[in-house]
Amino acid sequence: MKEQVKVTINGKEVTVPREYTILNAAVEAGVRIPTLCHLDLHDLKMVNRTASCRVCMVEVEGRPNLAPACATPINDGMVIRTDTLRAIKGRRMAVELLLSNHPTDCLICPKNLQCELQALAHELNVREINFSGAMNEFHIDSSSQALVKYQSKCILCRRCETACNEVQTCGILSALNRGFETVVGPAFNLPMVDTSCTYCGQCVAVCPTAALTEVNHVPKVWETLNNPKKYVVVQTAPAIRVALGELFGMEAGTIVTGKLAAALRRLGFDQVFDTDYGADVTIIEEAKELMNRLENNGRLPMLTSCCPAWVSFIEHQFPDLVDVPSTCKSPHIMLGTLTKTYFAEKNNIDPADIVMVSIMPCIAKKAEAARTELAIDDHDNVDIVITTREFGAMLKEAGIDFDKLPDEDFDNPLGESTGASIIFGTTGGVIEAAVRTVHDWMTGEDLEDVEFTALRGIEGLREATVDINGQEIRIGIANGLGNARQLLEEVRSGESKYHAIEIMACPGGCIGGGGQPYHYGNDEVVKKRQQAIYEEDRRKTVRKSHHNKEVMKMYEDYMGEPYGEKAHHLLHTSYSPKERI
Amino acid sequence: MKNTRLHMLVCGGTGCESQGSDKLVNALNLVLDKYGYKEEVTVVKTGCFGFCEKGPIVKVQPDDIFYVEVKPKDAKRIVEEHVIKGRKVEDLLYVEPNEEEKLEKQHDMPFYKKQHRIALRNCGLINPEDIEEYIAVDGYLALGTCLTEKTPEEVIELVKQSGLRGRGGGGFPTGFKWELTYRNKNDLKFIICNADEGDPGAFMDRSILEGDPHSVLEAMAIAGYAIGAEKGYIYIRAEYPLAIHRLNVAIDQARELGLLGTNLFGTDFNFDVELKYGAGAFVCGEETALINSVEGGRGEPNAKPPFPAESGLWNKPTCVNNVETFANVPPIILQGPEWFGSVGTEKSKGTKVFALAGKVNNVGLVEVPMGISLRDIIFEIGGGIRGGKKLKAVQTGGPSGGCIPEKDLDIPIDYDSLKSIGSMMGSGGMIVMDEDDCMVNISKFYLEFTEEESCGKCTPCRVGNKRLHEILTKITNGDGTLEDLDRLVSLGEYIKDNSLCGLGQTSPNPVLSTLKYFRDEYIEHVVHKNCPAGVCKGIKRKQKEMKQQELKEQKQKEKEIQLH
Repeated sequence: MKEQVKVTINGKEVTVPREYTILNAAVEAGVRIPTLCHLDLHDLKMVNRTASCRVCMVEVEGRPNLAPACATPINDGMVIRTDTLRAIKGRRMAVELLLSNHPTDCLICPKNLQCELQALAHELNVREINFSGAMNEFHIDSSSQALVKYQSKCILCRRCETACNEVQTCGILSALNRGFETVVGPAFNLPMVDTSCTYCGQCVAVCPTAALTEVNHVPKVWETLNNPKKYVVVQTAPAIRVALGELFGMEAGTIVTGKLAAALRRLGFDQVFDTDYGADVTIIEEAKELMNRLENNGRLPMLTSCCPAWVSFIEHQFPDLVDVPSTCKSPHIMLGTLTKTYFAEKNNIDPADIVMVSIMPCIAKKAEAARTELAIDDHDNVDIVITTREFGAMLKEAGIDFDKLPDEDFDNPLGESTGASIIFGTTGGVIEAAVRTVHDWMTGEDLEDVEFTALRGIEGLREATVDINGQEIRIGIANGLGNARQLLEEVRSGESKYHAIEIMACPGGCIGGGGQPYHYGNDEVVKKRQQAIYEEDRRKTVRKSHHNKEVMKMYEDYMGEPYGEKAHHLLHTSYSPKERI
Repeated sequence: MKNTRLHMLVCGGTGCESQGSDKLVNALNLVLDKYGYKEEVTVVKTGCFGFCEKGPIVKVQPDDIFYVEVKPKDAKRIVEEHVIKGRKVEDLLYVEPNEEEKLEKQHDMPFYKKQHRIALRNCGLINPEDIEEYIAVDGYLALGTCLTEKTPEEVIELVKQSGLRGRGGGGFPTGFKWELTYRNKNDLKFIICNADEGDPGAFMDRSILEGDPHSVLEAMAIAGYAIGAEKGYIYIRAEYPLAIHRLNVAIDQARELGLLGTNLFGTDFNFDVELKYGAGAFVCGEETALINSVEGGRGEPNAKPPFPAESGLWNKPTCVNNVETFANVPPIILQGPEWFGSVGTEKSKGTKVFALAGKVNNVGLVEVPMGISLRDIIFEIGGGIRGGKKLKAVQTGGPSGGCIPEKDLDIPIDYDSLKSIGSMMGSGGMIVMDEDDCMVNISKFYLEFTEEESCGKCTPCRVGNKRLHEILTKITNGDGTLEDLDRLVSLGEYIKDNSLCGLGQTSPNPVLSTLKYFRDEYIEHVVHKNCPAGVCKGIKRKQKEMKQQELKEQKQKEKEIQLH
């Protein structure tokens, strides 16, 4: 048993493990100490321990000044008071000072009612700002068309730095300037578009205020929907259906697939497609590509390419390895392509009239959609990308009572999906879906137990070996770019033992994406979403991508051979080395 | 061996060098050469004598004659008169301003009389660029003694017994710090010398490094031996080019003689030193910020614990000591803790070096025993207030120290007494203010400094100091209210109580101490819109505006009366 010590908090004695902080001990004692900069990403074993906001200050007997509860280790016999006037005043003053340099446009702020600073001002009973004065003014940087950086709202909690530098190892964000002008930004405060930012959005996911948010594309969607000349098609990623409910007060992990389809139809989209169809096509292509590389001594390991933040990461950070990822476009881009080619042709619609809207758990997908190398015949495959959060806001704006919606289906043919494509939304899912298909194709069997549980889990780095026809396929899985970096270093040095590696930029995969409802590091939320994804897979009768009838029909009628010439033209892409800034 | 009759010690500190002491050395050598006295007389460029007010200084030994304000053109006369004819050059002697008496001996001069030099023992005595001269004054003997005769535990015990406390400002017991680092077992540990001297006007550490670099290198090696470190870093401001040069010369020479490097004194102890340059951020003097900076990161402090003794540079146990602290170590080893303890007060042993500046007659560097009164420093050593004016306050402890009023000048100064009167020892800045100084303006000046030098990490320091500065600006502009004075106190106390590092925890001191001791001046600014010292320009403008307004109103009234 771990060593236990006794501490007294507000007169109440508790026995807690020695390595606890005052904050941990207070939780045991049932005493709430408000925090702001503090962020404990338990599963990632990462704690933002800057102790910079000074909101969790408490009195410790024998200590001349107040102590930050989040970063002060306890010791035996420590006597702590959180309820003295001095401590209460100290905590309130910190928030007051932060507010004195913070725009008070809460009513029209993108984080209104979701802002931790706002909640704290309420909790700490701040009724006036006694120390008003000069305020820093920074311009809004939305240069990336993916995320918005508005430093006037930065409160220097430095959580984004921990996410960017320690979790994701991208190294884009750090503190700039000194004194009152201190702010977090990229080197030389360059526009984000000029940096190596992958737009994974993990900084957005942890930002307590609206200093980092996504670019709001909702107005564009409204405009398009109301343009009678446009044929507006929507698709939604697998991770949306297990998270959207949270925005409407439902438990994390509630599956809302049917309501989601119904809601999209109510908004007036002409076709309601499912990114899962694109995911099944991706598996067909990727499985063929992997088999091709295995059989022809091709570049191994092959890395999955569904995640645009991860693709951007390799281009900037490992430019010498751009031949390693699969050349497959990501599922929503494939679906966009197929909508504007196969579907358009079949239904005699001018692709120029089609507007493809993607609802994604991801901010990087916004930047991905703008990649010119993905365009077919000069038009983008996907025109607008909105996140789960933006979509939720749109539904509220439209007055749709989400809870009361009936369950409906996606439209055909591009709404047909399998269990394999659903698990794309979680770490390990893409590779499991690929293995289901590769297995059947290599063995000629129709495997009954499709669940490769060895590939499942939430840990950042996992590995498994799958035996297919006597051939051992060694698989590596990474979620979180810091973990991806480890596997890539091995690939670079030639030490990688894997045949295939699945990488997702966000911890947990797309279910923990930067565009998902805020969970502020609460791993339980992500785990529940993951369980829901697997549950949704189990509910499906068809659970292998190559059994998706509509997908196979598309190949027969239109695309021809999987991984063939036409498929190469429409469904594959290339990557290029980029500068690291 | 050369038979030298006379040594001419010429101050080569930054202050005297900027006044032409380099040229003076050349001129002396040229003239000596011309008259054929090159063999008999040796000119030595030494470190700082401390009497910067009267630089450049030339001291002739063994005659013990002290020349002040010597220009290169005086070289000829010194050689012709002093060297050849054996006569003093009368007009280059120091004249005591009060008695108008010429004083030729250093120890007769009031500036030096009450000083006690331990850390500065070799400054002005030896050529800092010649290791042989350092060795000649028992240099590296302390290191040799430690390595060959003492265990690390014994060395730590000696330093603990001496009662030496950190001279960088905190006053933490040095031996205890060494012991903590020693106790944390690790395959790698580090010694860091904090030479990031940042207080405006302070140059204690610079002078030691310029005048006696080996004493710091030797002490670092001793500390390395004591705690179990083989590598030391000196974090020094890049704006100290002369100190950097002399350190580099000293490191090279020490390596050449095997006093740094491997198997020192034939033992299996290895130690080497590397310089790391700071870019001048004040906060990098805080040890965790300094460590971040050495690692190449942003110079900002971390929450403690963990302390560097546990997890410092590259997360290894690290002992960070200030330059002056190190300079005290070799004499403690050689002369024993009892000797060191005989100087100073019960809780603050030894001496302290101060950079005496401001409205005092003798500006310069002084080393005094702890427990001396501020009055002695200012009126005896410092020669009183310039122009016979009245002393108003003395500010100690750098930008985050407090202003001490005249009534507290007799308190024996040490770490604890200064704290008790709202100031602090700090690293040794001491600025004397007279009746022409406005205390509101002074605290505004210091807040401007700390506001800019805040690393911006924690809320109280980043935003709080800005707000303090804004309120002070408002008051000096004549727009202050009595409520503003209360706000200064509540905000100042909040910042002290809640900031992350020493910078924020002390930055309100100038405001709080002046508000306590010179509240009248604040009231005068706020209520009567008047700056008694006539310093605050904003308030003068305000007065003018108010007068014009009054006149205007009066004219208006007269006009109305006429109309009636």
